[in-house]
Amino acid sequence: MTKPAREMDKGNRGLPKAPAGIQGLDEITGGGFPRGRPTLICGSAGAGKTLLAMEFLVRGATEYNEPGVFMAFEETAPELTQNVRSLGFDLDDLAKEKKLVIDFVRIERSEIDETGDYDLEGLFIRLGAAIDAIGAERVVLDTIENLFAGLQNQGILRAELRRLFRWLKDRGVTAVITAERGDGALTRHGLEEYVSDCVILLDHRVTDQISTRRLRIVKYRGTAHGTNEYPFLIDEDGFSVLPVTSLGLQHQVSEERISSGVSRLDTMLSGEGFYRGTTILVSGTAGTGKTSLAASFVDAACRRGERCLYFSFEESPGQLIRNMRSIGLNLEHWSTKKLLLFHSSRATFYGLEMHLAIIYKLVEEFQPKVVVLDPVGSLIQAGNRRDAHTMMIRLIDFLKQRGVTAFLTNLTSGGEALERTDVDISSIVDTWLFMRDIELDGERNRALYVLKSRGMAHSNQLREFLLTPQGVDLLDVYVGPEGMLTGSSRLSQEAREKGDALARRQNAERKVRDRMRKQEALEARIAALRKEFEVEEAEAETMSGEAVSREQLIADNREIMFRSRQADLLRIGSLQKDRREPNEEVRRKRGG
Amino acid sequence: MKKSEENEEARPLSLQEIGERNETAANEVWQLRLYIAGQTPRSLAAFANLKQICEEHLAGRYNIEIVDLVKHPQLAAGDQILAIPTLVRKLPQPLRKIVGDLRDTERALVGLQIRSGAIGNEVSK
Repeated sequence: MTKPAREMDKGNRGLPKAPAGIQGLDEITGGGFPRGRPTLICGSAGAGKTLLAMEFLVRGATEYNEPGVFMAFEETAPELTQNVRSLGFDLDDLAKEKKLVIDFVRIERSEIDETGDYDLEGLFIRLGAAIDAIGAERVVLDTIENLFAGLQNQGILRAELRRLFRWLKDRGVTAVITAERGDGALTRHGLEEYVSDCVILLDHRVTDQISTRRLRIVKYRGTAHGTNEYPFLIDEDGFSVLPVTSLGLQHQVSEERISSGVSRLDTMLSGEGFYRGTTILVSGTAGTGKTSLAASFVDAACRRGERCLYFSFEESPGQLIRNMRSIGLNLEHWSTKKLLLFHSSRATFYGLEMHLAIIYKLVEEFQPKVVVLDPVGSLIQAGNRRDAHTMMIRLIDFLKQRGVTAFLTNLTSGGEALERTDVDISSIVDTWLFMRDIELDGERNRALYVLKSRGMAHSNQLREFLLTPQGVDLLDVYVGPEGMLTGSSRLSQEAREKGDALARRQNAERKVRDRMRKQEALEARIAALRKEFEVEEAEAETMSGEAVSREQLIADNREIMFRSRQADLLRIGSLQKDRREPNEEVRRKRGG
Repeated sequence: MKKSEENEEARPLSLQEIGERNETAANEVWQLRLYIAGQTPRSLAAFANLKQICEEHLAGRYNIEIVDLVKHPQLAAGDQILAIPTLVRKLPQPLRKIVGDLRDTERALVGLQIRSGAIGNEVSK
């Protein structure tokens, strides 16, 4: 009895738990089954009780190093081994490693007679021996109710079962007991009476020919647990419960912007595209190019090296790849690079819960940055409108919480109000692109506009949307007297504008030439004037030179006269000074 | 468990067959095994009751083997023992099991098919 000690060391906070190792189940039970106590799993035939119990043991043995004993009352060890091999569990290996013991208990009513008193000590001894053989910490009894079919004395049986569960608790093993669901009660033989710590109910319901598996925790003493019904899956990876209903509005927001894959659409979304982690809805009538827009977005994301998950409810991956090749998008390339994963299934193939479960599981596994659902409206076929709406809200919340950008398309049927969706999600999406046909001059052309885009100044323009062999393109808007021009009308308008532009250009060129000519003429005149001026200036200089020489001559003559008269020498000095002055004045004038 | 035994088991026995069986059984040594878990009063009572039945009806041609599962727990799986005490008739074939302390001698005799009166293996729901 060394187990109770181990039980305590993990129980530092609340009730000690033994993790089931099953995706989602540990989340809603707050860590697993109550350690050292029995847990009852009930459900109708085929609900997955044995599988859940077996996975609890296998996960315990492989992931938590807690060996387990599987006491089978229904199936033999080889049968069990074979049944779970498809889920990737190799029980033979585990048995060899002494991590698992399968003990098949056969009760043959026809070969047993009862006379007098007895107890089930034989069962206790067998179980005890198996537990001791491998030091088991986990025990499964599947389905102990079979004892009721094999033994007659119900009084003894009930007393012994009560003793068994007490005994299991004393041994400190975490036990899982499975039981068949009874009429109006959880179990056929009232086992819930003995197992009072944790009761889990598995359900397999078929509504409108679509089946969904659901799990509910009926009670769990000492633990706050999720009380909803959670859908669960049984697939090649075993059991997975999807706690998708427990979502809130506390997701992180991103400031990052990502391209839509169509540069002019990015321009319409204030130049940078969508916000990462938001929900984008593209709705429109048939054939308006919703899938093509989605494919462009996926292509752009893959180019950035981001993983994309594409859920197609109408087209097969092959068909999508072929069709998108026609507009120049090579999705196959991304698919082989493992950046793009397609998941095609008809909406009617599963129930809504199951769709949600599959999306949830794939998102968990593939960890995409972008998820495309094409088209969401078809999910109504898998349920009713209200359920589809609830499912979409849960899905969008789930994707937002993980920061995944969701791209949804929705078909608007003719005759319905255009600006609405079948699943009524228009209010919860962040960006809503609307695509429609414009009928003009005997043509139908595609147009796109941004109906809303939260948190950005988006364009108010209606753009013509073109699918070209080079991809999706948005064109300029031409507004004519009858409204927006598209197709041929746009082309003729374009031609007209081109002609006008040519004329305008020619006119402008002519004006430039005129101006150049004028400038040339002006410059010629300026040159002539300058020439004229230069001539005059030269003349002026010559004249002033002559004046100076004349003054000099006069002064010289006067000096000679003075000398001859032998007058004052002082005056001679002043005269000499005067003689220089006129020259200086001329020089100054020239410089100025 | 061998397949042949199970098949035989499934077929209800006619009175004549039971008579034949009992005749062959008359010459055969009965191989009986009593499973107990420790020397409990119930185990002791079962052994005493068994001894008395054998002495009365099978004097000289029976062999009782006592298996104490407390000492040999691994032996419980072989005969698919759950209840204690359990008496297993190994021989003559087919295998029979009688659960309880054998207090009700009549039922024990029917169960062991020593007495063919009321067929003991009718299933009561």
